[in-house]
Amino acid sequence: MKKDKVFSTFSTSVIWFWLAVFALIPSFLLFVTSLLMQGDNELVRLQLTLDNYFRLFNANYLRVFLRSFALAGTCMLGCLLLAYPFSYIVARMPKRYKGLLLLLVIIPFWTSSLIRSYAIVAILKTHGILNSLLLTCGMIEKPLQLMYTNTATMIGLIYTLLPLMILPLYASIEKLDLRLIDAARDLGAKKYQVFYKVLLPLTMPGILAGCMLVFLPAMTLFYIPDLLGGAKTILIGNLIQNQFLAARDWPMGATISVALTLLMGLVLFIYWLCYQRSKEPQYEPHQ
Amino acid sequence: MNRISKISYLFAIYLFLYAPILVLIIYSFNDSSYSLVWQGFTFRWYENLLQNRELQIVAVHSLMVGVLAATGATAIGTLAAVCLYRYKFFGKKLLHALIFILIISPDIVTGISLLILFSTLKVPLGFWTLLLSHITFSIPFVTVTVYSRLTGHDKNLFEAAKDLGATEGTIFRKILIPLLWPAIIAGWLLSFTLSMDDVIISFFVTGPEFDVLPLKIFSMVRVGIKPEINALCSVMFGLTLVVVLIYQLVTWKKQS
Repeated sequence: MKKDKVFSTFSTSVIWFWLAVFALIPSFLLFVTSLLMQGDNELVRLQLTLDNYFRLFNANYLRVFLRSFALAGTCMLGCLLLAYPFSYIVARMPKRYKGLLLLLVIIPFWTSSLIRSYAIVAILKTHGILNSLLLTCGMIEKPLQLMYTNTATMIGLIYTLLPLMILPLYASIEKLDLRLIDAARDLGAKKYQVFYKVLLPLTMPGILAGCMLVFLPAMTLFYIPDLLGGAKTILIGNLIQNQFLAARDWPMGATISVALTLLMGLVLFIYWLCYQRSKEPQYEPHQ
Repeated sequence: MNRISKISYLFAIYLFLYAPILVLIIYSFNDSSYSLVWQGFTFRWYENLLQNRELQIVAVHSLMVGVLAATGATAIGTLAAVCLYRYKFFGKKLLHALIFILIISPDIVTGISLLILFSTLKVPLGFWTLLLSHITFSIPFVTVTVYSRLTGHDKNLFEAAKDLGATEGTIFRKILIPLLWPAIIAGWLLSFTLSMDDVIISFFVTGPEFDVLPLKIFSMVRVGIKPEINALCSVMFGLTLVVVLIYQLVTWKKQS
């Protein structure tokens, strides 16, 4: 019996040790750093202050936060609108095609998002494929200036994150009992009623999961606005990166990260509440 | 919706997902440095890649970190999954929560937290800091993959082994490892691609003397687009394709 303890003690301590050193302590240090001051010669000055948190309410920072939220929200909606019909069609395909169709979604999901953003750059450039194509077709007269705009950043973000929306949506639509739709139709529901009253509530967990998986990374993928949006679009990710590399203001960078983490915690909490509600039975009893 | 519009919708989305990559691959064979006009087929850019010493070193760095990080993360992540499944121990719920938090927490926060840790401990940034960070961010993905495979099994199996005198160590080696083998390979492959593709965390935790492929590509792309990068990205895409196909094969066997 004593020998038995050796293995379990050993393995639990390995994991705890690793996660404590490389996950818990770094998070704690991040928080401590956010309470320090920027040093003149060294990176930080060991003096506790809440100053950084007050500086957060500066209009410039707030604007970046709001813009990041708006951009991530738009990206999330774009992905949802593109992915829902897609996942629905794939989920209702004959079984033998489903595997292949899904594999084709999984491949971009595994591919480096940096490489895929680079591919988008090649397409959108002034002398890129899209412009040459449109010019030859005669649809435009002079090249469109797409690169280094918000549109380019948005295209890049949607392109990168779309598989993350498709996969959970597909999983929840696939589980759906399709006879429910037939039953609703037999009972006289119109098409839009079937969608609002049957399809939407039953696939809500998938919708929420997909939105979560798109919204959270969209705010921090700093290299996509860097490559596609020029200097115009600054996301929270770019802001943090700048504080660490250009401004060398580590405490402020740490403060923004802590704020970002708290915001994400809030978003996750809202997600959790919505998820709990979406799991509750939705029908109303007869009077 | 009728059949044709459904299929064309699917086609449009796949086109959106694949067109940029296909264009990249086609142009990596174009015999022209700047022009988009097709000038003929060439392997020139791939030959240039092969001759580029600097890129070769960086590629070797990436592969080295990828293999070592995947192996380390798979070992620790598998142990974590087994512990969570089999044992009761101090802080088990916290560990569950921590693994979930690590998956969902943004890369940039993980990156700078580790950067602060290493600079507090005065560890010079380079190979070791990069490797430790890659192992750390891959562990939760392995744990989740292996854990989901564990939950499908009959717990009586372990009781039977115990009754027959097997120790926990023996159970791990003789029962769990063989049973979990497909999930362990899947976890390894997932960690490997995560490590090969990571930009954000590597950006913060590696030093100037230890560059890795994604960071190199990032700095090259910022300067401008060269056909060599097209070739390099095509090679990396091909590599990912192979890994995904192996992964699918491994997980597909599990189902049948």
